[in-house]
Amino acid sequence: MALVFCGVCSHAPGITGRAERADPDLREPFYAALGGMRDGLHATRPDALVVVAAEHFANFFMNNMPAYALGMADSYDGPIEDPAWLGIRPRTVRGNPDLSRRLIAEVQQTVDVAYAEEWRFDHGIMVPLHFLDPNNVLTVIPGNINCQGPPLSPLRRAWAFGEAIRRAADLVPERIALVCTGGISHWPATPDSGMINEAWDRQFLDRWARQDKAGMVSYTDQATYCDAGQGGFEIRTFVAAAAAARGPGTVHFYAPIPIFAVGCTVGTLEIV
Amino acid sequence: MSLYQLSKFLFQLNRDEDLKTRFKAGPQAALEPFGLTTEERDAILSHDIGLIYVLGVNGQILMHFAAFCGIEWSDYLQRMRDGVKHYGPVRAGIYTMQSGLDDKVAGA
Repeated sequence: MALVFCGVCSHAPGITGRAERADPDLREPFYAALGGMRDGLHATRPDALVVVAAEHFANFFMNNMPAYALGMADSYDGPIEDPAWLGIRPRTVRGNPDLSRRLIAEVQQTVDVAYAEEWRFDHGIMVPLHFLDPNNVLTVIPGNINCQGPPLSPLRRAWAFGEAIRRAADLVPERIALVCTGGISHWPATPDSGMINEAWDRQFLDRWARQDKAGMVSYTDQATYCDAGQGGFEIRTFVAAAAAARGPGTVHFYAPIPIFAVGCTVGTLEIV
Repeated sequence: MSLYQLSKFLFQLNRDEDLKTRFKAGPQAALEPFGLTTEERDAILSHDIGLIYVLGVNGQILMHFAAFCGIEWSDYLQRMRDGVKHYGPVRAGIYTMQSGLDDKVAGA
């Protein structure tokens, strides 16, 4: 039927795994913003939620790394990490392989997306689902953009992937929600974990909110690496969301939370 | 140096319960098929997080090995920093350290 919801959020494992170590004055407003996103998402009564993430070697490795992938399984298990480490209990998430197949076929008209009938969710999808679907009621189709193992697909191709998802969502009879999840600047899992380039983040989010495509896709990976760390490569997910929604974005929450290792972000985009 | 093979071992260990069991029971035998160098094998066997980091393993893989070894988060970050002090800069990959050796980063 249509794309009915489009948003972005952070997914860092510390958000749940190290929750008690964060400043409550930052953590609670962030959690509240995620709660607002959850309410907005469910109010659109989606038949399926597509979560485009930037996974971290849970399923895809440098032996055979897809630039873009979509799931096509009956169900998905997660988290792949130690549940105690992540602070999220295991769950089996319902998929819809028939819908996946139709979406993938349309996406492939313009993007050579890989598909996967096996997919285990890591924190990149589990942290968003923990907040956005706490009762595990939604049908989920996972997506992935390789943001970990260079060479990485160019930003303009992430834009094309978002456009393709939008076109596919508009063609199927189901109501499709899209959540794209990644960090902006961050240096996760390195000794620099906790460094956040707030000015860089705010510039990117400004471009994102204004649908400034030229600005969003202008970052070279080399510049991103210097200014925004290896975690900055995950802006591909935000770029895809902007391309899918076509309308202006609203940043409902942004604040650097160092123990979560990322500038924590919640945003939604108007679908036009 | 075989960073790919070292990374692949840790990637598989992170996601494969059977390999975890075999590694706990007999780490040397579990490592055997991966064709690691002596330095790489010793780093794994001694849980030398700092050296594995300097060898270039992606932190998104390494942090789970640290958790598997029972090393908590702040200790994990410090061991990587200590590894750079002891062994020198990260030799490969994209997970280099950009702050100074003795910098305090807020997220630790």
